[in-house]
Amino acid sequence: MPHKTFFWFFFPSGLAMLLFIGLPIISSFFQSLHIEPEQILMEVEKCDPFGCKTETKVDIEATTKLQEEQPLGRFNGLGTYGDRNHLAFEEIKEAWGNSSSMSEFIDILLNLPFYKALLFTLTFCFAVTPPVVVLGFIVALSINTLTKSLKGPTIFGVILPMIVTPLIGSLVLFWMIDAKGILGATIQYLFDDPNLSLKSSSQLTWITLIIYGIWHNTPFAFVVFYAALQTVPQDPIEAAIIDGASRYERVRHIVIPHLYPVATFIILICLMDNFRVLEPIIGFAAEGVAQSLSWMIYNDLRSENKMLFGSAGATSMLTIIGVAFLLTPVLIRTWKEFRTER
Amino acid sequence: MESKINRYSRQLILINSLFIILWLVVSVFPFIWTFWGSFKVKADFFSRADWMFAVTGVNTLIETGDTSTVKAYVESWTEGEFWKATLNTIIITVSVVTISLFLGTLGAYALSRSTYKYTFWILIAALIFRAMPHITLVSGYLFPFFQLNVWGILPTTIIVLVAINQPFTLWLLYSFFKTVPKELDESALIDGCSYFQAFRYVIMPVMWPGVITAGLFSMMLAYNDFTVTSLLLNQQNYTMVPKINAYLGTIEHSGNYMWAVSSVVSATAPLFMIIMFFQRQLISGLTAGAVKG
Repeated sequence: MPHKTFFWFFFPSGLAMLLFIGLPIISSFFQSLHIEPEQILMEVEKCDPFGCKTETKVDIEATTKLQEEQPLGRFNGLGTYGDRNHLAFEEIKEAWGNSSSMSEFIDILLNLPFYKALLFTLTFCFAVTPPVVVLGFIVALSINTLTKSLKGPTIFGVILPMIVTPLIGSLVLFWMIDAKGILGATIQYLFDDPNLSLKSSSQLTWITLIIYGIWHNTPFAFVVFYAALQTVPQDPIEAAIIDGASRYERVRHIVIPHLYPVATFIILICLMDNFRVLEPIIGFAAEGVAQSLSWMIYNDLRSENKMLFGSAGATSMLTIIGVAFLLTPVLIRTWKEFRTER
Repeated sequence: MESKINRYSRQLILINSLFIILWLVVSVFPFIWTFWGSFKVKADFFSRADWMFAVTGVNTLIETGDTSTVKAYVESWTEGEFWKATLNTIIITVSVVTISLFLGTLGAYALSRSTYKYTFWILIAALIFRAMPHITLVSGYLFPFFQLNVWGILPTTIIVLVAINQPFTLWLLYSFFKTVPKELDESALIDGCSYFQAFRYVIMPVMWPGVITAGLFSMMLAYNDFTVTSLLLNQQNYTMVPKINAYLGTIEHSGNYMWAVSSVVSATAPLFMIIMFFQRQLISGLTAGAVKG
């Protein structure tokens, strides 16, 4: 296809992506270099019959004027990245100097907002992915043995958790896990502890969120494994049967090796998708004990009168760096596939 | 002979059936439970005394005179203005699907037929764009949108969702067009068609299976979106998902909490219907595309 024709075919789609995905990233970066203007304070002398006092007040007029002049705030360079809510260099330095043991230092470090969120995000990613792969594989193997007429409805039932949006999915589970809901009440009954609630401690909330993550992501792994199972070559399996291999041995030595590349694909996609976890935290009302990087950005942008563009921009940039790490293996994979195709 | 050797033992069939039934319960039961509970009052759905109240509806009987009630539905649709959220969702979903497919088919067709190296870099860029968390993009939109005074309205959100959706649509349709034989449109070109005519008269009639799959994913993205719609729309223009979240903010009012429960059912039911019809296309898309939407 000549360059010119290609250009006109691709132009609308490319323009949309450039304007609304490429530019926002740059705009986010630009915002992260600025900081909201400080309120201008003025000293007012207030006199009453007992004497005069000076008070500091916010000069509303001057502040509004400054905001109009510099809507993005003043230039702050990379300052926002180093502040307490992000990489917190000074706090870390201080903690390093003051803490007597390594565990104390780690304690202080993990109480800083950014590191706390990073810890949760990574824990979530790496706790959810392995069970998802294993369960998805087992479900795919089982459903593959069903008769054809049963397969359709079963698959429909199994993929439901993936279809609903995470917010609705987490709400549906949350209402059951709630201390007054069916699951919550059952758990209380089983452990014989009327005060036990999955919301009561941060560990339990984390576990609940991770269970939700597994519930939501397994259908995707299942679908991909299921499709891959259809492409497993039959000849080696028949040969193995003749050689007397048991069902387990056939799965272990023929099916699983065939599915390795598919499994890596699922792992990478799962890690990338779970890195942006946000909605379950809102659905489970777990903001108090579990914050993710995405939630930090959401929180900065949520309040309508005072949005912290600078802070949100800086967290966004740091998140993108995290995504880039996870994305590299995917890119290498695509690159290899493309080269073999040509 | 093969079938005899490969036959499943009775034990295996039993274990297997039990596992599938268990897994089906895990996947489906929460939705059935919510559906059932949405016809009860809050005192039953979140029963302090006994969770069986949610099944039998004891308090619902006391409060409304019947064991099930549609009060939460009626109130959320009228008083809670869920009808408006539904209308907004329909407008956004239909527009996003139409525009996405229009842009996506053109772009993906060009990408699949061009032999130059830049197509590879465009696809890689699309893959990187696809990996960007939506919230980081939203943080980039807000400030410029406020300055340009386009924040809060539906058209802005539609364009943003179309753009966010493009990388996946492009990849999906690209891999679909790769399976359409090149000879088909090449012969049209030899007969004197322009590229656009070849696309219009030769490719368009055969591209519908791929387009339906891509459309299904665009629909799910637009219908299910929370991040973009909750931050880029003002309260009056909220779609269903942010609206449900807004109901939750008013937990104090017990009636409102049931609004959220009934709205979850209202929002999920149409989606499940559509998926029931198009399940095959959905699964083919999940496996054909190298990326997930």
